[in-house]
Amino acid sequence: MTQQVTSKKEEEVIAELDSFAELPDSPPKRKFRLTWVGYVSSAVVAFWLIICVIGPSIAPFHEMDMEGDDSFLPAYSGEYGSFYLGTDYLSRDTLSRILYGARNTIGISLAATLIAYLIGITLGILAAVKGGWIDMGISRVNDAILALPTIMLGLIVIAALGSSIPILIGTAAVIYATSVFRIARALGQDIMVQDFVEAAQTRGEGIWWIIRAEVLPNAAMPLATDFGLRLVFVVLFISSLSFLGLGVQPPASDWGSMVRGNLGGLTYGSYAAIWPALAIASFTIAVNLIVDDISAKSGGSLAKKMV
Amino acid sequence: MAKEKLFEVVDLRISAYDDEGVEVPIVRGVSFDIHKGEVVALIGESGSGKTTISLASLAYTKPGLHFTGGQAKLYGKDVLTMAPLEQREIRGGNVAYLAQSAAATFNPAITIGEQVTESAVLHGRLNQEEATKRALELYHALELPGADRIGLRYPHQVSGGQLQRLMAAMALCGKPDLMVLDEPTTALDVTTQIEVLKAFKKVIREENSAAIYVTHDLAVVAQIADHIVVLYRGEIMEQGSADQIINHPTHAYTKRLMEAVRPRPESGMGVDASGDHDRVIDNIEVRNMTAGYGGIVDGEPVIPILKDINVSVKNGHVVGVIGESGCGKSTLARVMAGMLQPARGDIILDGKTLEGALKNRNLDELQKVQFVFQMADTALNPKQLIGNIIGRPLEFYHGLTGREKHAKVAEILEMVELPAAFANRYPMELSGGQKQRINLARALAASPEVMLCDEVTSALDSIVGANVIKLLTSLRDKTGVSFVFISHDLSTVASFADEIVVLYAGRVVEQGPTDEVLEPPFHPYTRLLISSVPEMRIGWLEDTMKRREMAVGIARGVEITAKGCPFYNRCPLAIEGTCQTLIPPTLELENGHQIACHLTLEDLQQAEADAQRILLGYEKLGHDDPQIHVP
Repeated sequence: MTQQVTSKKEEEVIAELDSFAELPDSPPKRKFRLTWVGYVSSAVVAFWLIICVIGPSIAPFHEMDMEGDDSFLPAYSGEYGSFYLGTDYLSRDTLSRILYGARNTIGISLAATLIAYLIGITLGILAAVKGGWIDMGISRVNDAILALPTIMLGLIVIAALGSSIPILIGTAAVIYATSVFRIARALGQDIMVQDFVEAAQTRGEGIWWIIRAEVLPNAAMPLATDFGLRLVFVVLFISSLSFLGLGVQPPASDWGSMVRGNLGGLTYGSYAAIWPALAIASFTIAVNLIVDDISAKSGGSLAKKMV
Repeated sequence: MAKEKLFEVVDLRISAYDDEGVEVPIVRGVSFDIHKGEVVALIGESGSGKTTISLASLAYTKPGLHFTGGQAKLYGKDVLTMAPLEQREIRGGNVAYLAQSAAATFNPAITIGEQVTESAVLHGRLNQEEATKRALELYHALELPGADRIGLRYPHQVSGGQLQRLMAAMALCGKPDLMVLDEPTTALDVTTQIEVLKAFKKVIREENSAAIYVTHDLAVVAQIADHIVVLYRGEIMEQGSADQIINHPTHAYTKRLMEAVRPRPESGMGVDASGDHDRVIDNIEVRNMTAGYGGIVDGEPVIPILKDINVSVKNGHVVGVIGESGCGKSTLARVMAGMLQPARGDIILDGKTLEGALKNRNLDELQKVQFVFQMADTALNPKQLIGNIIGRPLEFYHGLTGREKHAKVAEILEMVELPAAFANRYPMELSGGQKQRINLARALAASPEVMLCDEVTSALDSIVGANVIKLLTSLRDKTGVSFVFISHDLSTVASFADEIVVLYAGRVVEQGPTDEVLEPPFHPYTRLLISSVPEMRIGWLEDTMKRREMAVGIARGVEITAKGCPFYNRCPLAIEGTCQTLIPPTLELENGHQIACHLTLEDLQQAEADAQRILLGYEKLGHDDPQIHVP
């Protein structure tokens, strides 16, 4: 009654066991290839970064030039030149303002987000690793800042110190560092209770090794995913401040204030508010898609393979 | 067979697809039948596809897997091709699934009774009133303590073994046609395993239900299965009745699995460690140590775990620490490693007293004592290459860098029998057994004098676990490192340790050379442990339950007591009045063998002789009982 399946010979099976063939010897290929979504997004981000550099020199007009008499004109070519994307509420060329504004919008928000991350991660991981009074102290100060409405806080700081680009960056960085801190601390605490951290501690490793080699590499991917999202918030924050007249000072352009300033044009069928909105959307979405693509690639596919 | 055919798997094929869309077969054409009232065991190592096949009875695959061929027929109807709504009726209705970990299956916020009856009511098989009544019957059938009220409790209020049995009640409540049990006893310690097995077996027989029992443990299968299917890499190697497979295996792979079943702990198994490494002083020793959690008040821990522990490890020796979960085994190792500061007592390394706290120990002391964590999955940083994981202690303790370090990493990998090329892999790219080797390799890289191994084989299946033990033995012989080897598995400890420490509720109840500890006279608790190790023999479960210590010991659980002998409530020989109140004295026997018990040596020997008489009784009935030896 005993049946035997002979598709694999007994000797083969035993040989396999003896050769310690739990997994093949050659390591699986660790590809770090982006999907097409990743490539397209990278192209979009690269495009905007290039515009940041060369934008002003390829713009058909200066950002401050007010051409003609009518506001909210559709795309046309006339006596003053070609307006490929029409004009805005002060009859300035929309295309030129977008090209000029890239520098302000992307530059300020990238710088602010990066600084926010630097502060947030450093303090967050420190609080998670050290715990005790250090954690308590930093966390309560952080809670206090978090409790204030961001725009109000921004308004007060800028009202007190005046509006300049460094102050704008600094304000946005501090405000957004609070949420980065919370995420970094939570991630850090989860990682700190892992066995491999305890293993490092029993080995006698110092705090910097634990932060650098054990905690940070494991927190990096979730933090990077959050980076894309945080960047969008900062763009919107700067835009809100600009709209209130405390951000980028007119007549200098930035995408956020362009959207807000031209909103009224929508009722006249003008696209002047749509173009800068698309510019913000294309940049922030592209950043998010790249991050998603990398995080999915680095964990997802290998995990699937191991099933 | 006369019985009605219930479930039939015909040429089942399941595959995964990798990134390039290349098909990776996981199950390669498996066929078997299940009749009513029959328990079919699927056995094999991890990766043999046994869980995948069992889930096919629910028409379910894990994400990433696809059915690529064959049928799984319940009452002649293929569940794989059913409409999703029909499949939904099958799941939890006709076929019930019991996952490995009951603790993870129960929702902690809902009462047990509600969860046990939920699926039966949901599928309309019973109304709430009937279901509650049925559940109550099942609690009694499963011999749950306080059965009448257990349904009103929350999952955290019952023990792990009870929860595991409650999960069976949950599965059986709706009177399913088929139960799928996925490794239901693997994570349990031996005494709890018996408690659960006994209840499962009884209820399966009483309910006349059919079951698929998935496990890697042949000894367990021998107790519960009628029919056994042996799997290797998604193919059936051999199948037949339990008697055929257990007593007359024909396929070489089955025989191989049999070998990996650890031999029963018996006297004479202990290895006497190579005398070459012996020194006059003990390598590491703990003296009168008391430790626990929750801070220290008046020199006593708030939550005491260990009390007045004296253990010493000689150079090049292996000391096995055994006991049920929660007895303080891991705490002992953590105190030695400096991860937990003891409330009282000394830790002595090479004759020098060590600081209790990790941060006060110097690099030299840290290097000499290495801790190996139980779960290699969490003990290895997933973002570090194997080369860096092993390389770090070399760099940190021994200052090796560059080429020297690489050469040494390769050497260490070779010691743990892995190819040097593994240095360029991440932990995720290794199998469970390989990860455990890396875990050991990291400790070895420090060139320690003592390695503290906390349940290092518990999470591995039998063949892989046996390989790791083989490796540890060769490492001990090659390096002269001493080991503290913690396990709840007595047979593993017995095959590797030359001395055994038996812990119960935070106290040492018996310790001494392996041969002495495994030979009568025993402490009653040691005997309970020995009798609980499953034997690969059909009918063993029934035989062992006839034993006196089992009847008392299995039924009751650990109670932590401040005074008296902690074991008295489970001890068949307890002296009323004495054992509850007085701390037991230590009986000093030959060769450093110690038993902490109120009974005299003569009493214990008498108990042995009584057991002997029962053994003779068994022999008359045609059973043999190899676990008791005439001195």
